[in-house]
Amino acid sequence: MSEFQLFALFVVAAITGMASVLDEAQFHRPIIACTLTGLVLGDVTTGVILGGTLEMMALGWMNVGAAMAPDAALASVVSAILVIVGHQSIGAGIALAVPLAAAGQVLTIFVRTITVFFQHLADKYADEGNMRGIEFCHFAGLMLQALRVALPAVAIAMVAGTDTVNNALASIPEVITRGLQVAGGFIVVVGYAMVINMMNAGKLMVYFFLGFLIAVFTDVNLIGFGAIGAICAYFHIKDMQTNIAIEEAAKTGGGGSAVEGDDIDDSELM
Amino acid sequence: MEEKKVTKNDLFWTFVRSNFLLGSFNFERMQAIGFCVSMMPILKRVYGDRKDELKKALKRHLEFFNTQPFVAAAIMGIIGAMEEKKANGADISDATLSGVKVGLIGPLAGVGDPIFWGTLRPVLAALGAGIALTGSLLGPIIFFVAFNVIRLATHWYGVKYGYEKGTELVENIGGHQMHFLTEGSSVLGLLVMGALVAKWTTVNMPLVISEYDNALGDHVVTTLQSILDSLMPGLVALLMTFACMWLLKRGINPLIIIIGLFAIGIVGYAIGLFA
Repeated sequence: MSEFQLFALFVVAAITGMASVLDEAQFHRPIIACTLTGLVLGDVTTGVILGGTLEMMALGWMNVGAAMAPDAALASVVSAILVIVGHQSIGAGIALAVPLAAAGQVLTIFVRTITVFFQHLADKYADEGNMRGIEFCHFAGLMLQALRVALPAVAIAMVAGTDTVNNALASIPEVITRGLQVAGGFIVVVGYAMVINMMNAGKLMVYFFLGFLIAVFTDVNLIGFGAIGAICAYFHIKDMQTNIAIEEAAKTGGGGSAVEGDDIDDSELM
Repeated sequence: MEEKKVTKNDLFWTFVRSNFLLGSFNFERMQAIGFCVSMMPILKRVYGDRKDELKKALKRHLEFFNTQPFVAAAIMGIIGAMEEKKANGADISDATLSGVKVGLIGPLAGVGDPIFWGTLRPVLAALGAGIALTGSLLGPIIFFVAFNVIRLATHWYGVKYGYEKGTELVENIGGHQMHFLTEGSSVLGLLVMGALVAKWTTVNMPLVISEYDNALGDHVVTTLQSILDSLMPGLVALLMTFACMWLLKRGINPLIIIIGLFAIGIVGYAIGLFA
């Protein structure tokens, strides 16, 4: 690997590391991170395919409240390096991604603990009215997150493709790699389950079953499902509005007709 | 004393900084430094000539803060409007400011989490990933562009309307419209999730149950998969999803479940149950 490639890889890995804590532009999601890593390593197609595969697996990995998702950034970048530079199969990439995501999570917990120090330093700067100082504390935390992915990624890139690493990876028996690939087909259910649980579905589960049935018995594509979902949402909200109108009419002891759903401005829907 | 007024330029820089809210996330006060740094353009404008007030304001905004990062922009706008009033002599105490801020964390995260993490990202990511599996760059590009356009719009209009409407918006957040928005997006998200469980989960069980030649002389092979498919295609994926939901509700770490599924895949492949 050329020095320029190593440098570019460092930059890409640093961006994904920052994105993993910011959770804004989504550079840390496998579909983006693997693509960028593939771009740097000269095999963008493999990067895109690996990214798509890992993205399905990581669909439900999210930061909600104080809970932290498994780390997609380190998992994506390092497994893309091993697949592209180390000539491993996509199946091996999936298998490696899981322990890497766990390792990345430990590293980010470590950094988020160290950053408590900067929190107290920021307090001191606030007492002095030093805004530059507080900004420094903020970006110092961000830089640590960048390094926590960039340093391991570059270290692995330097040894990937060497005989030692290749032999180690090649010594994994076929039943394991094939089995992992098979599991890769249905590992996505964990992500679906996380998303469904987080939406706290309850009585809304009926819409989940509707989507499932339509998908099983028709050829509607995902854009079609989006449209059907939007229409269902429209009727669901309409229904909620009617119920609220009835309740309010009941509360005021309302004279006249109880159902006045049509009086509600439709523009509120969007 | 001349009237302090936040300019559009200040709001713009708060918007820019709001993109880095979680940069210094830590386990003690979470997004506190990020919130303070995002508020600086506004604080500098309204307290720039009174160092003591500025110090107090900086300290105020280093208090605990943690919400969904996109909707946090609206809180920045609202607090910006309140700080401006305070700087112009309105009787707004520190406790009121903290109260509004902390009071908004929960309801806004309650709206932002299901919409952005529960619906928008999984739906766009699944769409992008489906295209990416064919090796097309269009997959990542669609995901990235669509998500970020919506995200940046949420940030900018959050800061802008938060500032313009100020505390007026606080009342709206508890109202019906937010509830409609949350439930509506959950409906859409769940419908798409149902479709994904059926379409993009691959389970193949080629285990042969019976094999015979029928009266016409055709060789008929019945596999476990063909029996399950005649009952309901996608049934195994559906049951697996429910099992995972149940395990997750019992507080099992998702990575443990993933490792468990890998083990099932390896064992299943070894004994010929899966292929």
